[in-house]
Amino acid sequence: MIWEIKLAVLLVILVCAVAAITVRDLLGAGILFGAYSFMMCLQWLAMGAVDVAFTEAAIGAGISTAFFLAAVFRTTRRTKD
Amino acid sequence: MKKLTLAAVVIAGLLLALTTLDFPRWGDPQTPASMHVSARFIEKSLEEMATPNIVTAVLGDYRAFDTMLETIVVFTAGLACFFILRTRMTREDLEPAAPENDPLDLAGEDLVIKTVARTFIPLIQLFGLYVLAHGHYSPGGGFQGGVIFAAAYILLAVSHDMKTALRHMSERASHLLSAAGVLLFAGIGVICMTNGVNFLDYGGLAGILGMSLATGHSFAILLIESGVALTVTAALIMIFKLLSSHGTVQEGF
Repeated sequence: MIWEIKLAVLLVILVCAVAAITVRDLLGAGILFGAYSFMMCLQWLAMGAVDVAFTEAAIGAGISTAFFLAAVFRTTRRTKD
Repeated sequence: MKKLTLAAVVIAGLLLALTTLDFPRWGDPQTPASMHVSARFIEKSLEEMATPNIVTAVLGDYRAFDTMLETIVVFTAGLACFFILRTRMTREDLEPAAPENDPLDLAGEDLVIKTVARTFIPLIQLFGLYVLAHGHYSPGGGFQGGVIFAAAYILLAVSHDMKTALRHMSERASHLLSAAGVLLFAGIGVICMTNGVNFLDYGGLAGILGMSLATGHSFAILLIESGVALTVTAALIMIFKLLSSHGTVQEGF
């Protein structure tokens, strides 16, 4: 993969990670975490670890986002701190 | 206090980034990791384990014990969520005056969402089966296939409602399936032992069924991957049901 794209993906990872812990809306945090996982999946792919990328896409970006959303819908969207 | 925390995090991050300078170069053949065990896996895995995909050969054959215990970890995680989240109360007990216009309940009424979900669920399940069956040859395997299968079920639960989802797989069924997967995995190991070889040495299965060693390995890997997929699917479905229904597993979504 072209190194500019890899660098851009890495920057998006950093932005998503920082945003996911600073954002007040928990629904937004869950979605940002999904985006973070998907960008991680692209990085694994760029390093040639296709199996890991596959697992990251399925678990991190797919199922765990669904779990976060389910938990947010059943509890609260606001964080206390 | 907040500034102190920030400073600690930044310093720790910088130290971690500094440590990466000491790492061996990317793809360096002189590192310990690629000198000892990796070379053996790359050179010998096809003739020793008769598995084309090296990752599957390592996970399913060389470290089958590890994978089996990982499956048990997933099973235990599902069980732990059950014990923590499950309540005997119904939803009416929890929310005595449930608001009439609950935005989530509208999801069950939308014809477009229902139709699209009904179109896509079989395709997602087919893809899950493909990933499961091709773990022997290409990236994928039981874990990923099982997760994709669970995602199809979650799409059903989200697009319709929990009642429809429970009609397709009851709570009891998901518990039984998650245990059955672990049992299938360990059972293959025990069956191999009856032929006089080690636990999870798939050569034994080939001897029992009277097939060639390569076929036996491929068959055994398909079976254990199916076990992993069963456990993962059922455990994830169980966790989703508990999370999305306040632990009552009756309504919700």
